[in-house]
Amino acid sequence: MQATSRLYTLVLLIMIAGIGLILYKHLALGFPLLPDEKKLVWIVEAKIDFTAHDDPIKVSFALPPKNPDMIFLNEDFASPDYGFSELKLKTGRRAQWSKRKADGPQTFFYRLSVYKNDRIAAAHTADRPHEPIEPEFDDVLKTAATALLNQARNKSADIETFTRELIKSLNTESPTQNQSLLINNQSNADEKTNLLVSLLAMEGISARIVRGLFLEGGRRRQSLANFIEVHDGTRWILFNQDTGRSGLPDNFLIWQRGGQSLLDVVGGTNSRVSFSIIENVQSSRDLVLGDFQDKQAGGIIDFSIYSLPIEQQNAFKLILLLPIGALVVVVMRLLIGIRTSGTFMPVLISLALIETTLVAGIIMFLIVVSAGLIIRSYLSHLNLLLVARISAVIIVVIAIMASISVISHKLGLSQALTVTFFPLIILAWTIERMSVLWEEDGPKEVFIQGAGSLITAIVAYLFMTNHIIEYLSFNFPELMLVNLALILILGQYTGYRLTELYRFKSLIKQNVSDKP
Amino acid sequence: MFLISPKQLRQFGIIGMNQRNFGLVARYNPRRLYPLVDDKLKTKLLAQKAGVTVPKLLGTLLYQHDVRELEELLTAYDEFVIKPVKGSGGKGILVISRREHNFYFKPSGDMLSLIEIKRHVSNILSGLHSLGGKPDTVMIESLIKLDPVFSGYSYEGVPDLRVIVLKGYPVMAMLRLATHASDGRANLHQGAVGVGIDIGTGNALHAVQFGKPVHRHPDTRKAFTELSIPHWDKLLSLAAACYEMTGLGYLGVDIVLDRDQGPMIIELNARPGLSIQIANNAGLLPRIKMVEALQYIDPNPESRVDFSKKFFSANPSPQSVPRTEHAHSNDLALQ
Repeated sequence: MQATSRLYTLVLLIMIAGIGLILYKHLALGFPLLPDEKKLVWIVEAKIDFTAHDDPIKVSFALPPKNPDMIFLNEDFASPDYGFSELKLKTGRRAQWSKRKADGPQTFFYRLSVYKNDRIAAAHTADRPHEPIEPEFDDVLKTAATALLNQARNKSADIETFTRELIKSLNTESPTQNQSLLINNQSNADEKTNLLVSLLAMEGISARIVRGLFLEGGRRRQSLANFIEVHDGTRWILFNQDTGRSGLPDNFLIWQRGGQSLLDVVGGTNSRVSFSIIENVQSSRDLVLGDFQDKQAGGIIDFSIYSLPIEQQNAFKLILLLPIGALVVVVMRLLIGIRTSGTFMPVLISLALIETTLVAGIIMFLIVVSAGLIIRSYLSHLNLLLVARISAVIIVVIAIMASISVISHKLGLSQALTVTFFPLIILAWTIERMSVLWEEDGPKEVFIQGAGSLITAIVAYLFMTNHIIEYLSFNFPELMLVNLALILILGQYTGYRLTELYRFKSLIKQNVSDKP
Repeated sequence: MFLISPKQLRQFGIIGMNQRNFGLVARYNPRRLYPLVDDKLKTKLLAQKAGVTVPKLLGTLLYQHDVRELEELLTAYDEFVIKPVKGSGGKGILVISRREHNFYFKPSGDMLSLIEIKRHVSNILSGLHSLGGKPDTVMIESLIKLDPVFSGYSYEGVPDLRVIVLKGYPVMAMLRLATHASDGRANLHQGAVGVGIDIGTGNALHAVQFGKPVHRHPDTRKAFTELSIPHWDKLLSLAAACYEMTGLGYLGVDIVLDRDQGPMIIELNARPGLSIQIANNAGLLPRIKMVEALQYIDPNPESRVDFSKKFFSANPSPQSVPRTEHAHSNDLALQ
């Protein structure tokens, strides 16, 4: 009784540990529980063109700041034969290309993949604003500006509403004389932003220009959109300068803050930047992994299978499936009562089936084993010792495998080549066991145990190749603990096996017929 | 109906494989004692020491080079049995019942040359029939002579009795008869007939072949109704004594009846199968519970046999039923 309660405590602990780790990875680290959770990844490509004139070239290009709501997967810089460095300045990151001499049209690429972070709430930039600088307007403009500011001030309560009113009045459909005087001067977006910054400065409000990119798939030759950011004394508020709407729009990548130039080219002319955006779907697990590898933050991940080289990870993918096969064998033997030859041979066969694909694998297995059995029965007439006999069987198995491969290749059946994935020893051993069984218990037992092994192997194969199970076993190795707990519980099962319900069925017939 | 419901099986008190492994084998049979029964030579020596009758040991062969001495060893005998010491389920047993010069004959009449016998011995030594393919030892025993009581009930080979002994109490018994279908082997899987034997009387109760009831031997057509095992008390005592001999609490004792020497133990099994329930048309569980309820194990095998005969009889006489129940409660009260 005590042993039982101790076992259940152990099972409970293992279960809690396993499920707890899985939940932690899912909830805290963002590992998706199902493989088909996909995330949208945008690949933004900035193309810089200019013409060089046989002079020294220095190109400086503003790079988007890293922030918590957009996660950068990777950044690529492509520039032929240029010296390159990434600078981290106070005003933001910049890429710098340089070359002693260049001539003709030049093109640089900057490629960035980003995805949106849903988990961590957007943190605001904490930098303090500079004192606003009083703009220099001529008298006419100044009067118009003052009138506009007064109007906006009357309709507003604080800095946020004031800014919104000001933007609205600048974007109005039917401008008043004052408005049109100011706006007519300002034809493009940059100048509109500058006007807004100046007007806000007259009011004593710190404001700065923000440039960013709307992330929409399939867009080409985009340019940055201008936004304006206003400091209300405690935080920066982002405004759309065309609509007056505040806050960060969806799918908006902030590229640059402040009035610095986006691109500086020294030694070249006709410089131009254009952006194109591609949408891409990736599994979020890859993203989470990439994210953590980037930050070196996930303690669990650092000490997990993901820290291994890719090649070994792939080997582990297969190894981590073995416990699933073991569980299947336990269920098949303890609950269903299927007789197999060897306890875990079915799992090994199913591993081989994973390599060969199911149907081809089964056909190959049957051919090799039955051919081996025939040859083994001949060998048994030669009166050999056991070790010599098994060794002879192995050689014969290799010969069978080789001839199947060659013949099928000549016939143009490429699938049969996969027979080589079957571990040789498993085949030789199967043949040896089966032939001993044949001699001792007759062909019926060979058939029962052979079919039992194959059925178990197929069921294990179906589980092990299931997309979701494969995904879970590799990404949540903690599942092994749950598996272990299940097997420990099954080890306590003393009820009837399914096959026993058939085996003992004659009892009921007699007991019923005995009683008239 | 294709399947029997688990509820009904439980009602009959049938023990399943899982329950056997968990509740009986793992519980009553310490693993360290297994070699005593897995190694037939050890069992034999143990039995001889305990004064239990066993077939006479004619010789043993340990190594491949001993095979050369086989001819010399066999010259003195016309009939013998060659067995692997660690074989299970009757595997690798070769019975020779007649010899003419250098030719040996199986009970079926098949003729073997000395070379073929040597090959069989060599196979055993290299582990063909042993558990896990480990190298094995060969033992040669004297042939058991068929007791006339079984004439007409056996097709080749000698029938053997399997008695399940729990903590020294014989709880169920079955006679295994070789048939043509089982190729002369007393293995139920291969088509031997299993005849449930009443613990109380030694009379045949019920017989099955391939899990189905039969009333006559399939080859000889002799009805089982008149079958009664002689020396029944001695046989049960022999079986019961194996508990002290081995220390194994859940034991399958295989016994043969020799025409001249009476019951002899040929093999012990620490993992006896469950077909005996089908042959008896009864479950083991009620009897096991009864033995488990005993707080005191009688050290005398004969007294244990008396207990078993009283309580595990299939058809207790009408007047004995209340008495046995009474006696049972008395027994418990005495403890």
